[in-house]
Amino acid sequence: MAISLRVNGVTRSVDAEPDTPLLYVLRNDLELNGAKYGCALTQCGACTVLVNGAARRSCVTPAGSIEGNEVTTLEGLGTLDKLHPLQKAFIDEQAAQCGYCIGGMIMTAADLLKRNPQPREADVRAALADNLCRCGTHNRIIRAVLRAAQNMRGQ
Amino acid sequence: MNMNGPRLTRREFTAVLGGIVISFSLAPKVVLAQNPARLPGSLETNRTLDAWLRVNADGSVTVFTGKVELGQGILTALAQIAAEELDVPLVRISMVSGDTGRTPNEGQTAGSQSIEQSGTALRMAGAEVRAILINLAAKKLGVLADLLKVNDGVILAPDGRKVAYGELAAQADLKREATAKVSPKPAAQHKIVGKSVPRIDIPGKVTGAAAFVQDLRLPGMLHGRIVRPPRYGARLESFDEATVKAMPGVIAVVRDGSFLGVVARREEQAINARLMLMEFAKWSSGPLLPDPSKLYEQLLSLRSEDRVISEKDAPLPAGADMIEATYHRPYQAHAAIAPSCALAEFKDGKLTVWTHSQGVYPLRATMAKALDMQPRDIRCIHAEGAGCYGHNGADDVAFDAAMLARAVSGRPVRLQWMRDDEFKWEPYGPAMTMKLKGAVAGGRVVDWSFDVWSQSHNMRPGDPDGINLLGSWYLAAAKRPGPARHAPQPNGGGDRNAITLYDFPRQRTTHHLIMENPVRTSALRTLGAYANVFSIESFIDELAAAAGIDPVAFRLAHIRDERERAVIEAVAKAAAWKPGESYQKGNGRRGRGIGYARYKTVATYTAVIAEVEVNRTTGIVKVPRIWAAVDAGQIINPDGLINQIEGGVIQSMSWTLHEQVRFERNGILSEDWMNYPILTMPEAPRVETVLINRPNERALGAGEAAQGPTAAAIANAFAAATGQRIRELPLTPERVKQALASPLIGKPLIKIRYPIDTASDVVERSL
Repeated sequence: MAISLRVNGVTRSVDAEPDTPLLYVLRNDLELNGAKYGCALTQCGACTVLVNGAARRSCVTPAGSIEGNEVTTLEGLGTLDKLHPLQKAFIDEQAAQCGYCIGGMIMTAADLLKRNPQPREADVRAALADNLCRCGTHNRIIRAVLRAAQNMRGQ
Repeated sequence: MNMNGPRLTRREFTAVLGGIVISFSLAPKVVLAQNPARLPGSLETNRTLDAWLRVNADGSVTVFTGKVELGQGILTALAQIAAEELDVPLVRISMVSGDTGRTPNEGQTAGSQSIEQSGTALRMAGAEVRAILINLAAKKLGVLADLLKVNDGVILAPDGRKVAYGELAAQADLKREATAKVSPKPAAQHKIVGKSVPRIDIPGKVTGAAAFVQDLRLPGMLHGRIVRPPRYGARLESFDEATVKAMPGVIAVVRDGSFLGVVARREEQAINARLMLMEFAKWSSGPLLPDPSKLYEQLLSLRSEDRVISEKDAPLPAGADMIEATYHRPYQAHAAIAPSCALAEFKDGKLTVWTHSQGVYPLRATMAKALDMQPRDIRCIHAEGAGCYGHNGADDVAFDAAMLARAVSGRPVRLQWMRDDEFKWEPYGPAMTMKLKGAVAGGRVVDWSFDVWSQSHNMRPGDPDGINLLGSWYLAAAKRPGPARHAPQPNGGGDRNAITLYDFPRQRTTHHLIMENPVRTSALRTLGAYANVFSIESFIDELAAAAGIDPVAFRLAHIRDERERAVIEAVAKAAAWKPGESYQKGNGRRGRGIGYARYKTVATYTAVIAEVEVNRTTGIVKVPRIWAAVDAGQIINPDGLINQIEGGVIQSMSWTLHEQVRFERNGILSEDWMNYPILTMPEAPRVETVLINRPNERALGAGEAAQGPTAAAIANAFAAATGQRIRELPLTPERVKQALASPLIGKPLIKIRYPIDTASDVVERSL
């Protein structure tokens, strides 16, 4: 069955059942690596993408339910040549160890900064409370989000 | 229990080499040549220059290492070392790591040894290759080699003529044994080593590049999933093959004995088929797990092999007070954010596996045995997984993927375990019990004894007598795991960091290796060091309290080594520690504590001070701030070192406050993040790290340096805040409330006045 999705500004047609979790469509059909499988239980946040600008767990979002909506993945946020301020800040702060959770962190932070362009540290911690990091990179991730917020305000 | 004295069998001797367990079939033949010279680092076992370095015609350099990226930044650090010695800019270095078809065999990437083993090899090989290139240039230019200089991979003569490395690449014969006779650069000349070079992998990871094994896709690739039994040892009696085979996209249902898996065209189809298989599969019950409420008693009742690993016998002064306490650490999980994953392809009798294993060569050897294949017909290629903190499911899933790929020969299969597969079937860090006794007299420790009980911390692939791959134990022709083995000091296993670092004239350390495996265990970051240091450093505080001496001063009084002293003094200074502050109980809510260790007793020095806030109503312990001081010898990448220490501190805090694998007699209950919670973003402490650089000392690993000291610092801070001591990890709200409500829990169990020649001398009282 064909599903029509708008991902990173491009309309894509995918041959999958409508109840297929968006995560597998993004990863396997569209070959986008940004969203990761971590738990498929909405507990870890590694699969986070933006749907119409709001953070959404792609592991439990049926692909068929978001036809007509705008999906943004890590790849759609920015590229190596044209980094999003969040991506740049994560590089500048060296805010990764293994990096598996980082895509989800950045997408959740993008949602936060849209709602709250001047977050306090406590706001960043709260917004990322349901995004798990196992390597212990917590402080660098928080610093990277605050740095990105500052840079975005300065633009 | 057996009381066996130490023995060094030939097998164990093999295991000693570089701390790596390798099987005989893998022992490199070149080692057996007639008395070859001893070479430094991993050059000893991989002796030709071209095993490590290749200079390409375009002037780039390819570096081959048997060590692999686990999220610790090792490939960046190794690239720095190679670039430094060769005088090549970092951008012209490309890294090839962990590939049985291409790289040296350096065993496991484990034990914080990559910088020492691979880094040393690359430093020596780099210096030697640079000298070879300079000599070639000298001939070509007709100039004395001593007059030539190298800048960014270009060799310069005093008259301005130049030869680039690339032009010499074809003539440079690197197929020769390293001599290790060319001195590497002195630290004072370093331009790349010692700098906070950005990690080479982070830009790709923040923009969605294919960075992980999970991101690999081959043409025609299928998706696999595995169905595990409800508990250890259960056997598959029946399942509904017909229904599952008729499901959309299902290509194959693979059963071999009690090994059960499915291959489908699409990933979600494989996941649905797995659920259907689980629904109708019938299993025999399998052995019961220990009773969690009596776990430690039951573990201590199992058969153990006991060894005294350290003993000093100074006489005991009269009038010393002995105290005794017992500590526990539960089973703890690696709990990587990504469940383990592998991609396997079986074609024309050859198997290729992309794996995030820590040791591609040991994995290959063990897979060959498990699959009844020849090692030469298997190639294992490392591809990154999520952060690796020891022996997780990486090797097991590689075997599982190979089983599925063999069933659909010719088509690659990617298999990622589901979240519950990972939590319930990974080998955990073992539960441990530590019993300590000590005596103080005149402000000094005059007697010390330490006993640790633990299952094996090393059940990795590569064992010569067993097959340590989960899936193979469930085949119709079931394979068996290897036995638990003692690992020699100073690395040790359950006894890592069990021998006290302090200068105690009278001491005895005994390792009780539990030979049975009621719960599956293997290597978790630091092995036994986390729990041993937690207990030793907690007990040091108990002895300091008994002596009425400040914990920092008490430690310094028992230290001779200047580098040990320096990290303790540095952390005390950074935290503005006030002598005697730990006795100020204040309102019973806030306190600070210190923990110290030299990792593996011979490696990185780390001292940590933690500040805790205890909510006496909820029992929740918060840790707002942590200070760490670290001496890892020569620093290769300061920011990378800080990142490793911060990560170790935070992960240890998570273990210490939250983590224990939950189970009942019928099976493991921790199957997701709700029943195995880890530290979250709002809880993360501020971490301040002080680095002590020793440019002329050996570079040491730091990935496991901070965990033990952090646990002890938190436990000591809790005791300082409340006057109560918790000796069983983790410090959960229930335990905290129990401790605060019970006036006796925090006291050492027994206090005995020496000499103990008559029963009447034994008295019980609290301190």
